[in-house]
Order: sequence, then C-alpha cells, then structure tokens
Amino acid sequence: MSFITFAPSQQKYPKTDSTIYPAMNLPKYKITIENVSSYYGTVQALKDINMNILPLSVTAFIGPSGCGKSTLLRNINRMNDYIPDFRLEGSIKFDGVDIYSKFIEVENLRKQIGMVFQKPNPFPKSIFENVAFGLRIQGIKDKSYIEHQVEKSLKQTFLWDEVKDNLSKIGTALSGGQQQRLCIARALAVEPEVVLMDEPTSALDPIATAKIEELVIELKRQYTIVIVTHNMQQAARISDQTAFFYMGSLIEMDATSKIFTNPSEKLTENYISGHFG
Amino acid sequence: MKTDRYTLLLTERIIKRLLQGAALVTVFTTLFIIGTLIFETYNFFREIPLVNFLFDTEWTPLFDNKKYGILTLLSGTFLTTFFAIVIAVPLGLSIAIYLNEYTNKRIRNILKPTLELLAAVPSVVYGFFALTVVTPFLQRFIPALSTFNSLSAGIVMGIMIIPFISSLSEDALSAVPSSLREAAYGMGATRFQTVFKVTVPAANSGIIVSIILAISRAVGETMIVAIAAGQQPRLTLNPLVPVETITAYIVQVSMGDVPHNSMEYRTIFAAGITLFIFTFILNNISFYLRKKFKERYE
Amino acid sequence: MNNQKKNRLIDKAFSVWGFTSSLLGLIALAIFIGDILNTGLSRLSWEFITSLPSRFPNRAGIYTALLGSAWILVLTTLIAFPIGVMAGIYLEEFQKKSRFANLMEINLSNLAGVPSIIYGLLGLELFVRAYHLGPSIVAGSLTLALLILPIIIVTTREALRAVPQSIKDASYSLGATKLQTIWYHCLPISIGGIFTGVILAISRAVGEAAPLIVVGALAYVPFAPKSPFDSFSVLPIQIFNWISRPQSGFTVNAAAGIIVLLLLTFVMNGLAIYLRYKWQKKVKL
Repeated sequence: MSFITFAPSQQKYPKTDSTIYPAMNLPKYKITIENVSSYYGTVQALKDINMNILPLSVTAFIGPSGCGKSTLLRNINRMNDYIPDFRLEGSIKFDGVDIYSKFIEVENLRKQIGMVFQKPNPFPKSIFENVAFGLRIQGIKDKSYIEHQVEKSLKQTFLWDEVKDNLSKIGTALSGGQQQRLCIARALAVEPEVVLMDEPTSALDPIATAKIEELVIELKRQYTIVIVTHNMQQAARISDQTAFFYMGSLIEMDATSKIFTNPSEKLTENYISGHFG
Repeated sequence: MKTDRYTLLLTERIIKRLLQGAALVTVFTTLFIIGTLIFETYNFFREIPLVNFLFDTEWTPLFDNKKYGILTLLSGTFLTTFFAIVIAVPLGLSIAIYLNEYTNKRIRNILKPTLELLAAVPSVVYGFFALTVVTPFLQRFIPALSTFNSLSAGIVMGIMIIPFISSLSEDALSAVPSSLREAAYGMGATRFQTVFKVTVPAANSGIIVSIILAISRAVGETMIVAIAAGQQPRLTLNPLVPVETITAYIVQVSMGDVPHNSMEYRTIFAAGITLFIFTFILNNISFYLRKKFKERYE
Repeated sequence: MNNQKKNRLIDKAFSVWGFTSSLLGLIALAIFIGDILNTGLSRLSWEFITSLPSRFPNRAGIYTALLGSAWILVLTTLIAFPIGVMAGIYLEEFQKKSRFANLMEINLSNLAGVPSIIYGLLGLELFVRAYHLGPSIVAGSLTLALLILPIIIVTTREALRAVPQSIKDASYSLGATKLQTIWYHCLPISIGGIFTGVILAISRAVGEAAPLIVVGALAYVPFAPKSPFDSFSVLPIQIFNWISRPQSGFTVNAAAGIIVLLLLTFVMNGLAIYLRYKWQKKVKL
C-alpha cells in the first residue's frame, strides 16, 4: 500500500493527467468519515459524524455559523492538530487509510489533501515563490520542473495570463480575487488529490466569486473538492453533493439537487428556505 | 527519497532540542542567581546573627567597629524610591491618559518613542545630571541640601522611570474596550469624566502593574544613587543628607579591592539577596495582576 | 448649564496638563543635554577619543574604555542574540500549555525584573570565580548576555506573535513542517521586530555600568584590551570614575564621555525605532 507512507517519489515528475487515471483503481469513496466527534477542550464541536465523499466531485458543507462544518473540513487534513486541547474521536479515512493513525506523517497527508482558506492568504513573497513553496519544502531542486508546475498551476486557475509578466511581483499586491486564485494555484502545485476550501469566496466581490466558482467546477475533473460555504446558492450552483450541518451534527447529506428541492429533514428545509441561519 | 525524509525529521528533532536548550538557559540563570545569593548569604549568617542584620541601626562592615544593620541601607533605598515614585506616577499616568484619550495617532506616534528615549539614557548619565544640575539647582531653594542626597537622586530617577509607567499604563488603557467608553460618551459624559469614571477604573490592574514594575526598577537602580545619593549608610528619613542604598553599597565594595571569601565580600551578597527578595515579590505581584487583567479583556 | 461649562473647563485643563507632562520629562532631558554639551563639547576631540586614561584630566581620553565597550558589545551580541532568539522561538512556537510552561512564563517575567546589579553578583560568583575567567571581557559579556536575554526573548516572542495565523495555516496546508513554517515564513516576517528588540537590548548593555563594576571591570585600564580574556573598562565606568573625582577637569571629561555614550545610545535607539516603524508597516499587510 503505497499511500501508507505517502511516499513523495512520483512527485518528482509530472503525474499523468488524472482524468485518464484508470477508473478501476479509484476507490468508491475518496474520504470516509466514521463516527467522528471532536472537541475543543470541553466544548464539543462535532457530534458523531458519518459521511462518504465521492472522488472527482464537489461536496458542499452548509449550515449556520458555528455548526461545525469548518471544524470537520479542517479535520480532513488535520489542520486542527496544532490547536491545544483539540481532540478527535472516530476515524477519517483517505483512500481507505485512517489519517489519524500514528503511521501517517501529517505533512505528507497535507501534500495530498490541500486547503484553501476563507481569506486569501498569500505569503508576502513573489507570485512565483508562493506557488513554488510547496515543491521547495519537499526538497525538489529541479528548476525546470518547478517552473513547469508553477506555470501549470497558474494556468489551471486562469491566472497565468494575468500575471505571467510579473511573476516576481509580491503576491499580496494582487487584487482579492487574484490572491485567492493564487492561493488555489499554490495548493494545486503540489498535485494534491483532494482540495478543501473553507468559504473561499466569503471575502470576495461577486465577479471574483463567479470566477472562483467556474474554477471549482473546472477543477473537479481532476480533484476531489470539499467546499464549506455560507452561500446556499453557491452550493446549489457548484456542488454535486451537499451536507447540511446543524449544531455539530450532520442533519442530512444527499445529492445537491435533492437537498435543494426535496430534503428529507424538516430542519434542512427550514434552513434552505431561509427560515433561520 | 526515504532517507531524505528521515534526515529532515531528525534535523527537526535536533533543532527543537537546541531551541529548548536555549530556553532552559533562563531557568538555569534563575537557579544560579538564587543559588549564589543563598550560598554566600549562608556563609554570611554563619557569623552574623539574623537579629543583628534585621535590627541593628548601623551598617559599618568596612570599619573596625563592624555593624550589619540592613535597615540602614534600606532607608536609603526607600527614600530614593519614594521620591522617584512621587515624581513618576502622576507624570507617567497623566501622560498615559493624555496619549491614549486626548491625542490623535500622529502625535502619539511621535511622543511615545520620544518618551521612551528617557528610559534608554544610561543611568550613569542620569547620575551626572542629578549631581551637577539638579542638586545645585535645588540648593538655591534648600540651602541645607548636601551635595549628595536622596532627594535629587530620587527626582532624577523618577524622570528616568516615567516611560515605564506611561507606556505600560497606556497599553492597559488602550486595552479597555471602546464600547465602555462609548457608553459613557453616549450618556453625555465629558472626556475627563469618561477617563476617570470609566477607563481608568477599568484599566486599574494594568496601571497598578506599571507602578509596581516602576517601583521594582527604582529599588534596583544603581548608578544614579551611587553617584548622587552618596555612600554614607545612615538610618534616616531626611531627604537632604547623604545616604547609601543597597545597590550603592554593592558598587562601593566592588570598586574597592575586597578579597574574595572575606566578610566584606559576603556582605554584598547579603545586601543583594535583600534587594532580590524585594524585587522578586514586586515582580510576582505584577505578574499575577497582569494575568488577571489579561483574562478580563482578552 | 453651569455645571456643563465647569466640566468642559476641567476637561480642557487636563488636556493642557497632559501635554505639559509629556513635555516635562523631555524638557528635563533637553536641559540636561544642553548642559552636557555646554560642559563637554569643547573637550571632545579626536585626541580625547584616542588617548589613554591619565591622572591628568587634560591628557586623559576614552580610548581603552571605548575599545572595552566595543569588545563587550560584540561579544554580548554574539552570545545573547542566538540564544535569545532560539529561546524565543521555542517558547512561542513549541512550548505546549503545561504547569512547567507556566513556571517558565513566571520565571521569564521575573528575570526581566531582576536588578542589573544582581546579575553582576551572579557573574562575579559564576564566571569570574567558579569558571576562573577572572574580571575579563568574556566574564563581563556573559554577564550582560544573561541580563539582556529576557529582553531579546520577550521581543522575539512578540514579533513572532505578530505573524498572522493565516500565513502559518497556508504553510501547514501545503505540507510544511513546523520548523519549515517558522524558517520560511515566521522568521522572515518577524525579523524586523526581532532586530528592533535586539538593538534595544544591546543599547541597554552598552549603557550598563553596575553589573560590570561588580564583575570587576576596572576604572583605570592603561592599555587596550587585546583578547577577550584581558581585563577591561567600559565607557559608562570611565564616566562614573571621572564623576567621582573632585577636580573640575574630570567633570569636563565626564561630560565629554557622556556625549559619546549618548551618541551611541541615541543612534542605536533611533535605528531601532526606525526599524520598528518600517516593520509594523510591513506586518499590517
């Protein structure tokens, strides 16, 4: 099982495009979440969550603030590890492997499960270095490979044409929408399999938001995407599956079309129709 | 590739240990400070009874008729600290309030660092100031003032510690949520009323911390008093005559050629531990208060 | 109505008083600097800087003291800078909440408040006697390094704390380890703040006389120190020595020495303030 160590060996060379990755090798579910409860100190943030996330699809987490959707997202690549007093019960499996197992190196896990945050957070470095950072810390020195990956990632996020002449410009000087696309490119450059997005458009204007949404739909051809959003229309527009959370519990998860037209839970219906939240 | 990963993790582990080692230096510093002080003080008290140390009214270890009454040195320390605080607290607090509530950001950004220069001036320089400017000036009004006295030393020390009080108090004041202030303004209070009825009470523990730290600083201040307050140990509360503080005594002995392992040598440690105990208590009170204050507003 | 007028008047009066207080200390400083310049400036010359100490005030100079201060400055920085920054990184980024961590915090806050002369006693007993370094430059530097360590640690931590969590999150999410994150992101962002603290700390060390007197620095050093194991004097001690002498010629020397010392201090502080200003602008990305 090569993914137990998440050996970075094949990352040295461009991977074959995963759209032509043989279908038989794909597990049915990319991520399996079983009986997950998590706590910040004595406060329980998640209550016994069970869900499966399909590969090469967009899964949206919706629900009112504080419902636990961001906590769950951050659990998927163990971003909560550094929070003192954080505790998790249950298991989260990535390609069938428990990511909280002690055999997992969390850094390697995060190379496979990338993340994009609420507010664009480019490093105060050049655009090029922003995108190249993930490769550099893996010890990759091959300059042409790095250049290739930077260009590829920036093209994937439709940013290449806008910045190709100013790659040495500092990343923080871009507009908000460009910054967020830069952050997505930065996450893609290490060739993750899953990209987690934590309300990626909440700090952006409608035009930039539309661009990111387009991009997300485009990206699901190659990546499994999990997106937390406050905006229900956004979930309806871009996701295949939608999970509705309320007060730390997963109330309902189903195909997006079903959730938005015919939810099985009353609570979901109330939320969707804007009765609270 | 696998070994690369292994080396990386190993390096991380080693570096983390190194960093931890550096942090432990602070622990050893404290242990060594307390250790040395106790060790030499123990030797001191093997010969001098504690009762004499605490209750004798003279301090004459360098003379033939040796007396070891620490109160003598403490009175000098008390006097200089007292005048320093009398000067620094009203000025420092007024400055803090003025900076935080009455000025705009631009003036504050100029005044604050400039005021901090006061604390940056080496204390030997302040000593010179006290001796050659302040004392002659005060002698015009107080003819009885000796060349060396605790009054000028204290006043000048007060000027030096103004920034301790003004900076820390200003931090405490600005930590008070502006909603409190707005509530007072909303009821028609003037700025002055808002400051003294709302903001200052809300920031009181932060302000007390700043005063305690300033006292601790004044108690331990050395060069100003060594230069301007004199080197004549005397149990007195008269601000006009020469006195000697604990710190000045340590300097006086160190300037001379005192053989190690002699009684005179041990006296500086006995004096030092007295000083240490005072500052230790003050620092811990301030640490405790600061923690309380943080919990309230963060 | 009358009452309101009175309140407003009090408010105005306090505003004036606050402004006056802010200036009072600065005016005192200005008077003093004026006095020093008036007394000492005429004595200041190249010869004063390059002359050895002497029994005759008009022949005495600050050469050996200045060299001593330079030695102390360099050695103290070399010792305190790496240890202080490393300790700061450890305490801010690695230390987990625990009872021991809490003790470390109390300890650090205490150390920052220990009077400098107590550090002198420590240096005397530990470096001069136990390690047999004698009243040498190394012993003095080690003592001062311990003295300024808490300042460097505290400012390093404050600077690191100013690094936005979002930057760290981004780094971790790309698979960076904690040390990689610190090295590639936290340190480059916080370095301005760290340097500010280090410069302020060194400036403090250069102005210190008390702990070095206790360690055994001499007031009269007729030769320039050649190695770190030589005995030494520093500028503040030389000034102290001159102040303590009755002849007025030495008072003039002291004033001239103070001009040099103040110049050093102000240059360092100015640099620190400038760095902090630039850094704060940068951090508020």
